[in-house]
Amino acid sequence: MDFLNAIILLFNYIFVPALAYGSQLALGAIFVTLIYGILRFANFATGDMMSFGTMFTILFTWYFQSVGISLGVLPTALLAIPFAVIFMVGYMLLIDKFVFKYYRVNKSPPVQLAMVSIGVMFVTQAVVRIIIGPSDRRFFDGEKFLIRAGEFKDMTGLNEGLAIKSTQVITILVTVILVSTLFWFLNKTKTGKSMRAYSDNEDLALLSGIDPKKIVMITWIIAGILATIGGALYGLDKSFKPFTYFNNMLPIFAAAIVGGIGNPFGAFLGGYVIAFSEILLTYAYKKFFMYVLPESMEPDGLVQLLSTDYKFAVSFSILVIVLLYRPSGIFKGKVL
Amino acid sequence: MRKNLNVIAAYSIMMGLIILVGIFQSWNIALSIFNLCLISAVMTMGANIQWGYAGLINFGIMGYTALGGLAAVLISVNPVQEAWSAGGLNILFSLFLIIGMVLAVRYVLKKYDKSKTRTYIIAAIIILGIIIIRFVSEPGIEAIEEVNPAKTGFLGGFGLPIIFSWIVGALFAGGLAFVIGKVALGLRADYLAIATLLISEIVIAIIKHEDWLTRGVKNVIGLKRPAPYEVNLQQTDWFINLVEKFNSGKLSLISDFAERQAALNQFVIEGSSVFVKLCYSGLFLIVVIILLILTQKALYSPWGRMMRAIRDNEEAANAMGKNVVKQHLLIFVLGSAIVGIAGAMLVTQDGLFTPGSYRPMRYTFLIWVMVIVGGSGNNFGAILGGFVVWFLWIESAPIGLYLVNLTTAGLDDTHFLKVHLIESVPYFRFLMMGAGLLLIMRYRPKGILPEKIEIK
Repeated sequence: MDFLNAIILLFNYIFVPALAYGSQLALGAIFVTLIYGILRFANFATGDMMSFGTMFTILFTWYFQSVGISLGVLPTALLAIPFAVIFMVGYMLLIDKFVFKYYRVNKSPPVQLAMVSIGVMFVTQAVVRIIIGPSDRRFFDGEKFLIRAGEFKDMTGLNEGLAIKSTQVITILVTVILVSTLFWFLNKTKTGKSMRAYSDNEDLALLSGIDPKKIVMITWIIAGILATIGGALYGLDKSFKPFTYFNNMLPIFAAAIVGGIGNPFGAFLGGYVIAFSEILLTYAYKKFFMYVLPESMEPDGLVQLLSTDYKFAVSFSILVIVLLYRPSGIFKGKVL
Repeated sequence: MRKNLNVIAAYSIMMGLIILVGIFQSWNIALSIFNLCLISAVMTMGANIQWGYAGLINFGIMGYTALGGLAAVLISVNPVQEAWSAGGLNILFSLFLIIGMVLAVRYVLKKYDKSKTRTYIIAAIIILGIIIIRFVSEPGIEAIEEVNPAKTGFLGGFGLPIIFSWIVGALFAGGLAFVIGKVALGLRADYLAIATLLISEIVIAIIKHEDWLTRGVKNVIGLKRPAPYEVNLQQTDWFINLVEKFNSGKLSLISDFAERQAALNQFVIEGSSVFVKLCYSGLFLIVVIILLILTQKALYSPWGRMMRAIRDNEEAANAMGKNVVKQHLLIFVLGSAIVGIAGAMLVTQDGLFTPGSYRPMRYTFLIWVMVIVGGSGNNFGAILGGFVVWFLWIESAPIGLYLVNLTTAGLDDTHFLKVHLIESVPYFRFLMMGAGLLLIMRYRPKGILPEKIEIK
């Protein structure tokens, strides 16, 4: 019984949250990796682009709520996401036309494009803060829990409760659907294949008659979809605050690099690698050992490897180790 | 003279703008803008050495700034005797353990050839070391943090004059840069940027949460000053006489004695804070000028030529027998050390250390905007960038407010759009910075004062 309790404890505090957080990171990491692979620069505006898409999701959610449209047990935001995606993609294409295109046509070095993306970051951040403000916002509605801790205890008779938030389930489901569609698109359709060809070898792809304009446009459209959904899911699960989104850029970058930058599947798994290691290393295992070990051997301290304040340190250490020992990432991306 | 015309013109316009602020707003504001411009100039010089001279991208400026600030605390605060006796031994012992651990890792690295076993041994040393250090330091840290937590709760510093911290800050930042450079300098440019950004976040996390060393988010206030205090100045005779002499024209217009005394008092209070700020300006100006002379000398020296050669074509420079890795590490350390000085100067001027205020937007990306806008590779450009961008950063709120009022003049004062826009005026500075950066990168990619190398 104690053993079962311990398993449920880990499931409740580590596995489920890490899976949800990992999915959110994975979407961001695929976004970074696509931009890097096809447009060939590190996009420092990642976090702010995600917050931009989330902002539109929130605005539409408010609108639907004020009109009285809702999805019942599901959050209204799910209905708002498609509309937000349209605006987001429009914004992305606008930025590309007025900012990034010039440097791409001139074949500027990637560093210059990264610097330009900082300019975009400033502007996007300003727009988000001017429109919706810098404060913390929750826009979740509908049924909060799929399984409540109390109900679970009554059902199974265990000491430990298992609480699964509906947002966590939605996050994981949406991620699975979205990512499998994306991989199907990249691997099976003609456009997807030409995107991969363009990413592998630009000159060869151009020679074989691939239209670069179309590739770039589709990349931005996919990026817009990923950024909006990833951001909205994060906001539903936790809350929306522009500054947190900006900071999320760091684990997202770490995930993309760990997975092998330029490799979407690597980025997808990289998100989970980062999320699980962050949570595994910063969780206090005291209660777990209390269940597993006999009473005489119970630990005094929290049995926490790292305090939760050092979340970033975890993703960075993984990044350094990977860069030192496998410079192309775990799943063979471009060699750095 | 003629070829430097654009430099002189740009600087006179900048100084003119600051003087205009002095006339229309107040001299106090003008001087505080000027002081922070000087500090920003030091930071941009550091970043410019790395980016402009060597083409290294360093997004960790925030971390070095914070380390400089930490140096200011550790140098100037008086040591807390009780804390030392409570947990000092444990901390010192942990320090020795860390040094021992590093030496052990170095020994293994030197002694054995690269192999899987070596990797595992190093990993084992590090993990074991961390566990032992945690066991040793934990009771010490707890004891230290319990000593009068409302006022101290940390080890304190060395109680030396705060000016020394400018050098120590440089050493701290340089030391960190050395470690980072060893690990990360082999990476390609944009990875180096991401890696340094992450490291700077970790530095901030450590400073925020290691309360025994830095008091963390409880902040350290009331640091010593290299300049006199306003309160003391207001009671010194020579200062009051000085203010009287300066304002004799205005004072002589007031006939009533009591009124005149009151007016004089007002002038003395205003004058004291201006005087203190002037003291800081003098100190900062000395630092800026010394650094400017050194960096200019370096730029035109054979070493500077070599750095440019490495920047423009790494492989060719390597083939000519220049040690690219070593030079990159050197310039990484030098640039970061200069940023460390700026960090210490900043805390010196504020008189308080607030780890919570270190944000990447303000301390990393804004500095990069300064470097790009000013002109990378040109020291005068970098300093000008620091001035222009900081000036706009401060003055963008009034400018934004003016623009909002202008564009929404037709609307009612209580119209929701107008109210909302006026509330969000502080964020117009991000918009201005971003738009400025994008415009400069597009239409003047080398900055306001572009790099100009003449062989003398």
